[in-house]
Amino acid sequence: MYPLIARITHWINAAAMTVMIGSGWQIYNASPLFPFAFPSWLTLGHWLGAALALHFAAMWLLAANFALYLGYGVISGHIRRRLFPLRPREIWHDAMAALRFRLPHDSAQYNAVQRLLYVLVGCGIALAIVSGLAIWKPVQLYPLTLVLGGYEVARRVHFLAMSGIVAFIVVHLTLVAIVPSTLRHMITGRT
Amino acid sequence: MIDPSLHRRGLRRASRRLFLRGTLSIGALSLLTGCNLEDDDAVDRVLSAMSRWNDTVQAALFSRARMAPTYPEADITDPFPFNAYYKLDQVRHVDGAAWRLEVSGLVTERRPWTLADLAALPQASQITRHICIEGWSAIGKWGGVPFRDFLARVGADTRARYVSFRCADDYRTSIDMATALHKQTLLALTFRDAPLPAMYGFPMKLRVPTKLGFKNPKHIIAIEVTNVYPGGFWEDYGYNWFSGS
Repeated sequence: MYPLIARITHWINAAAMTVMIGSGWQIYNASPLFPFAFPSWLTLGHWLGAALALHFAAMWLLAANFALYLGYGVISGHIRRRLFPLRPREIWHDAMAALRFRLPHDSAQYNAVQRLLYVLVGCGIALAIVSGLAIWKPVQLYPLTLVLGGYEVARRVHFLAMSGIVAFIVVHLTLVAIVPSTLRHMITGRT
Repeated sequence: MIDPSLHRRGLRRASRRLFLRGTLSIGALSLLTGCNLEDDDAVDRVLSAMSRWNDTVQAALFSRARMAPTYPEADITDPFPFNAYYKLDQVRHVDGAAWRLEVSGLVTERRPWTLADLAALPQASQITRHICIEGWSAIGKWGGVPFRDFLARVGADTRARYVSFRCADDYRTSIDMATALHKQTLLALTFRDAPLPAMYGFPMKLRVPTKLGFKNPKHIIAIEVTNVYPGGFWEDYGYNWFSGS
């Protein structure tokens, strides 16, 4: 049900994303964009230099792993079969059912809400990577930074992408807690 | 003779180890490596190696033809932020008349420079964005001597790898030769068309719009052209050396 490559890239992504978000929050704290800071027990890297070293190391793992998943998912048809189609009517119907706690969870066949959320978080990761490149290299990759509205706007886009990914993770982990068998599926591959 | 690249690697490892140590919490460490805490140094080595890899990638991405974007006067950030490793009331006040710029290393012309000598050279100015490693940015206007013109006048060996800077506030940093020769890299003498105020680095700072703020040293008193990795104040603590924008 979950092919080996999907499972491996899932867990590498989980580890890389943990480092990217934890170190990213420490970097954010060096010059907060908004009137709040992340509590230090939630951050990785005990000072800005260490957090940056973590962030700029884990970014390669995150990006390479994401590219591997996308390449595999597109070529094998895994993404098309598992995450599509996205039909507004089905999404609406399944979302209403989910809100009434009447949406069954089936690892063999995702419902429309799951498909939408997985596609959205994939877009969120892509946006985080692209906006991250734009603020890492605002001169050498100037056209990219320009498309994202310039350095200062791109910083906020990067924050927004992180926020979307974190919101997904909260929902994702809550659902795993409600349906723990999915955890076994993602490790063994069997349903 | 010591191989510069080996020397550089050793220096960086020794200096970075100190700071990256303790970077990860127990949970994250086990998550990353599956190892026990004795392997702290292993995490350090991985992060240092990745930082050197990032230096290589950034040097490859760097294009001497790619100019940092410039802005109109109306976009200048006012007041422009002060930032240093010390507080505003600890800013050094350098005597401009007594100030001399020392030039050493792989150059043919070693005489010290006065402010008047530098002011007599052809000047250029730019309105560019200063981006701090902390994330914030501000737009300023700097004027002074294009650094590549200065390097040509002192007969610098432009095949050398590094140019290093020592400052009156005990700060140090260094840049790669390709960036030193970039058209927008300036020995800045003015800010907003007036002599640099003390807080922005009187009498002279290096303005590098293709690098992060901490690679723009203030109150420079000595410049050296070298093949031996010079490191820098923050670099020795673990900030990425190239830190290009």
